[in-house]
Amino acid sequence: MKRVAIIGAGQTKFDEHWEKSLRDLSTEAGALALADAKITSKQVDALYIGNMSAGRFVGQEHLGAMAMDNAGLNPKPAVRCEAACASSALAFRQGYMSILSGEHDIVMVGGAEKMTDLKGTGAIATLMGAGDQEWESSIGNTFVGLYALIARAHMKEFGTTREQMAMVSVNNHKNGSLNPLAQFPCEITVEDVLNSTLIADPLRLLDCSPITDGGAALILASEEAAKKLDNPIWVLGTGQASDTLALHDRKSHIEMIATKVAAKKAYEQAGLTSEKIDIAEVHDCFSINEILAIEDLGFCKKGDGGKFVEQGKIARDGEKPINTTGGLKSIGHPVGATGVRQIVDITKQLRGQCGKLQMKGIKNGLALNVGGSGATAVVNILGVD
Amino acid sequence: MGHRSSIPLYWRLQKSKYNLVGTKCKTCGKLYFPPRQLCSECRRKGEIEDFSFSGKGEIISFTVIRAAPEGFEKYTPYAIALIKLEEGEVISGQIVGDVTKVEEGKKVKSVFRRMHEDGKDGVIFYGVKFQLVG
Repeated sequence: MKRVAIIGAGQTKFDEHWEKSLRDLSTEAGALALADAKITSKQVDALYIGNMSAGRFVGQEHLGAMAMDNAGLNPKPAVRCEAACASSALAFRQGYMSILSGEHDIVMVGGAEKMTDLKGTGAIATLMGAGDQEWESSIGNTFVGLYALIARAHMKEFGTTREQMAMVSVNNHKNGSLNPLAQFPCEITVEDVLNSTLIADPLRLLDCSPITDGGAALILASEEAAKKLDNPIWVLGTGQASDTLALHDRKSHIEMIATKVAAKKAYEQAGLTSEKIDIAEVHDCFSINEILAIEDLGFCKKGDGGKFVEQGKIARDGEKPINTTGGLKSIGHPVGATGVRQIVDITKQLRGQCGKLQMKGIKNGLALNVGGSGATAVVNILGVD
Repeated sequence: MGHRSSIPLYWRLQKSKYNLVGTKCKTCGKLYFPPRQLCSECRRKGEIEDFSFSGKGEIISFTVIRAAPEGFEKYTPYAIALIKLEEGEVISGQIVGDVTKVEEGKKVKSVFRRMHEDGKDGVIFYGVKFQLVG
C-alpha cells in the first residue's frame, strides 16, 4: 500500500490574540509548516483547511480561498473542511486521502479559528452550532451542558468521581506548564478545580478548555516525494465515524460509539492494538471527555477511565502518557485548529523536538479529535520507520 | 440571537414545540422525537406518520446551566435534563422550578411555558418544558 508522510509541522502560539486576525493566524501557521518542511510554496499542490465557524465568529466564509490567497499560493485548489471541533483532523484526513488517490504529491493541511472577537455569550451560542440547533440549543443548553449530562450519567453508572475528573485537568496543566505555545502554561491543583466557578453542574471552569485564537498546519507528502526529504513521520492509520447529531438520540450517553468505530479502523490500518500505542493526544474539551476517550480508545475497560486517571497512568511517566504537551485544557482550544495541533505535537514528539516535554523511546502516537458531543470522531495514528 | 429568533423556523416546528408531536414509522413501529421524516431503520420501506407523546417521563441525567448562551442569560440558573419519555424515546428538556430539587430517577410531565424572547420588543417564543411530579 502507498504511504503518506508528514514532512512539516507548525503551530502559532495559542492565545487571546487581539492583535491577530483569522487570516494572520492561518498564514502564520502555514508559513511555519512550510519552513519546517524546508520546501517552497511552489511545491504545494493543494490546501485543506479545517475551521468550525468563521462565519459566526468573524463573519468570514470562503475559508479555502481566504487561506490560499493570504498564503500567496493562488491558483491552486483549496478546500474547507468542517466537523465542528473535529474540523482540522478531518482536513488532515482529506489531504491524506487526496495523496493516496494519486491526485496530489504534496499538500498543506491546517486549521485556524479566531474565537475572541465575539463576547463570551456569543461564543457559547456559536459553539452550540455543533449540537442540534432545533432541539438542544433552542432550550438553552450549552456545550458544557451537554458534557455535564454525560459526566453525571458516567458518575452514576460507574462511580466516576468529581476528583478523578479534576485530575485530568491537573495532569494536562502540569504538562502544558512547560509548553511555550500554550495559552495557560500553569500548574493547577485538584482543589483549584473543585473550587473553581460552577459552569454547568457538575462541571466547573477548570474542567473546561478555554476560548482561544490559533492556527496549526502540516505538510503531507507521498512516499516518493517524502523520500527526498529528511526525517518523515508516517501516517499509519486513520479512521472517521459519525453518530447522531443530538446527544439525546444516542443509544448510550456514557460512551462515544463514533470514537470506538474510528479507532477500530485506525488500529486495523496501522496493524496495532491499543496496548501498543506509546502516547496519545485525546480531545479533553471537558475533563470527562478525556475519561471517555481513554475507555473508548481501549486503553482500559469501559467504566475504569476515572480510576486509570487516579492511578497516574496518564502521566508522562505513566503506562499510557496522554496529552503530553498540555491537551486542549492547557494549550487552548481554537476549535477548528485543535485536530491538526494534536498531530503537530505527536509529530514533534516522534521527531524528538519537544524540549522539556520530550518523551523517550516512543515509536508511535495516536490523536483523537471529537466533534460536537460525539457526533464526529477522527482517529489518526502516526509512527516512525 | 440568530436562529432562535427565526419566526419561520419556529412556525414550522410549532406542532412539535407546543404539543410534543413526533413521528412514528408504521412499518417497524419505531418512534421519533424530535420528529424524523425518514425512518433510520426501514429507509425507503418506512412510512412516517405523526405521533403524539404523552409528555410523561423520567430524568436520566441533568445539569444546571449557570453560564447561558445569548438570550438565556436572565434565566440562570436553570436545569436541563435528558428525559426518557414513557414511550421510550429520550429528549432534552428544561426542568422548571427549584433546581436543587432535580434528581435522576424523578418523574416529570410536560408543561407549556415561555422559552425566550427576541429582545425587549420582539416575539416571545413558547414551548414545552418539564415539571417534577409528586
